[in-house]
Amino acid sequence: MFELLGITPQALFGQLLLGLINGSFYAMLSLGLAIIFGLLNIINFTHGAQYMLGAFVTWALLHYFGLSYWWALPLAPLIVGASGIVIEKVFISRLYHLDHLYGLLLTFGLALIIQGVLRNNYGISGLPYSIPPELSGGQNLGFMFLPNYRAWIIVVSVIVCFGTWFVIEKTRLGAYLRAATENPTLTGAFGLNVPLMITLTYGFGVALAALAGVLAAPIYSLNPNMGAELIIVVFAVVVIGGMGSILGAIVTGFGLGLIEGLTRVFYPEGSAVVIFVIMAIVLLIKPAGLFGRTA
Amino acid sequence: MNRTGLVLAALAASMMSSAAYANDINIKIGVLNDRSGLYADLSGEGSVIAARMAVEDFGAAEKGINVEIVSADHQNRPDVASTVARQWYDEENVDVIVDVPTSSAALAVNELSAERGKVFLVSGAATSDLTGPACNATTIHWTYDTWALANGTGRAMVEQGGDTWFFLTADYAFGHALERDTSAVVEEAGGQVVGTVRHPFPGQDFSSFLLQAQASGASVIGLANAGGDTTNSIMQAAEFGITQAGQALAGLLVFITDVNALGLETAQGLVLTESFYWDLNDGTREWSQRFADELGTGNKPTMVQAGVYSSVLHYLKAVEAAGTKDAEEVVAMMKEMPTDDPLFGPGEVRADGRKIHDLYLFRVKTPDQSEGPWDYYETLSTIPAAQAFRPMDEGNCPLVQ
Repeated sequence: MFELLGITPQALFGQLLLGLINGSFYAMLSLGLAIIFGLLNIINFTHGAQYMLGAFVTWALLHYFGLSYWWALPLAPLIVGASGIVIEKVFISRLYHLDHLYGLLLTFGLALIIQGVLRNNYGISGLPYSIPPELSGGQNLGFMFLPNYRAWIIVVSVIVCFGTWFVIEKTRLGAYLRAATENPTLTGAFGLNVPLMITLTYGFGVALAALAGVLAAPIYSLNPNMGAELIIVVFAVVVIGGMGSILGAIVTGFGLGLIEGLTRVFYPEGSAVVIFVIMAIVLLIKPAGLFGRTA
Repeated sequence: MNRTGLVLAALAASMMSSAAYANDINIKIGVLNDRSGLYADLSGEGSVIAARMAVEDFGAAEKGINVEIVSADHQNRPDVASTVARQWYDEENVDVIVDVPTSSAALAVNELSAERGKVFLVSGAATSDLTGPACNATTIHWTYDTWALANGTGRAMVEQGGDTWFFLTADYAFGHALERDTSAVVEEAGGQVVGTVRHPFPGQDFSSFLLQAQASGASVIGLANAGGDTTNSIMQAAEFGITQAGQALAGLLVFITDVNALGLETAQGLVLTESFYWDLNDGTREWSQRFADELGTGNKPTMVQAGVYSSVLHYLKAVEAAGTKDAEEVVAMMKEMPTDDPLFGPGEVRADGRKIHDLYLFRVKTPDQSEGPWDYYETLSTIPAAQAFRPMDEGNCPLVQ
């Protein structure tokens, strides 16, 4: 059967595994977006720039302070998350009472500014950042050679994604967050600090993007535009999964990574477009998304 | 007005008119390239600086030629390039457009320039179709093209034993042209193309395509892409152990800014073809130092930026010799006058619009061989101008048939 498809089973499994690895980036980024939209109703177009900032801070920590990748893993999300909190306090909090579109325009403008400033200072060709020695090399799995670093990416994403889902859906803190966004007035009346929770949630979503950036720094060209194309795909993932559904974002992220991987084998020219075709179909059939609930 | 006022006004008017030459030529040069995307470092602001340097070195002001330079970002999109070019030609009286990397954008501007009868000096784009089926009387293709790259790098790799090829191609005009021209060279030299995969442009993750290249068992993986696509492909090929396992990577279009981004550790040993290198001789070194001082980012010039300087300089010389800025007359003069500048040495512009000059086969140095920043290339061989570019009768250019 596989010979009919023009590909050996080993090659197919290899491609599926690669698709899963790409899916982990989509899952982590769309998780951050879904949290920010689902809980805060903000369409955060700065997400791609914040992913790129995570990678840039990783490089800067090494270049200016000599701090290795393992330091950057916790530090970069914290730093970029803190910058996210500043953005939220100074800019975004003023737009909560307005139409979604204003938040979109503001965050899009911020993304352009961040990308432009970094491009002016560092150029567009990319900065060098090597894979940390502890994660270099790879394993011969028989059907393909899997670099250790790519295995590391899957492990980290799965842990982070499902950990986040667990906290939000199954713990008390998550319950407070969900209550605060569903009915801020009533939740505030119970004595919970709603503005603080909103701010911290935005910071957490941004930190997730930055963490994806740290993971991307050694394997993708580290340049100011690295998030610009990716963010559009991630928005499509979030729309397909259901805006605001945490589990939807995670599952769709991994799933679409797999589908994109398959498309790269059978029709590579269309691999950039297939996710949008699926989005169009999903919007026609189930506008709230695969896991979404109509408000 | 009383009589004294009239006399004074007449005197003032005559003085003003004698301050300028009676037959001043006013030229507006438009530098259209990528200023924000993946080709911004190899062209971008550097090309504008190169054009400005050419105007100054030519001494345009003293010769009665007033040159104004404008610039715009085409974002690597043919529709944006078309719109900007249209506005420049129709509303802002731009006489000549230069640079335009991204072959699809260059083809669009080429067609528009021919329609409007304006000069188009291409430095950034690669497709050899510009001097082939798409050639016309007002376009000159300056710095390099896909045929020359295929003939340089492609032929060298086949001669080194790379007889089976698999192409990783950017899915747009440039990638297709480069794949087509290199396949022809490979097959003519006795090799075989065992497969090809077209990736969306621009891309980020090439692991899937590289795995397909690995599965094909070809001895050479030809990278028919450029800029960030090439650097990502090379980085990921090393990560997946493809180069270590014995397959060679052919960087068919590599700029010095890409080597800088990759670092010598990753890029060492890469064989590439270029028409300019900052450290080639005293002439290139002196110009490159002036360029780098103006640019201020520490980057040395790429061959695209050098090509903008050279083409604008030759254009201005032709305008001076022809005494007019009429597009067809100036381009005819550019083809009549031989070229010579410290960057590309002696050369000429052929009837089909192809500028020819020597090309060089370079190899990227190892970290030990390099003696300082930007000391990246060792020269393997020089390809003389007469052999470096596609023979005129093989191009299907309507001008020479």
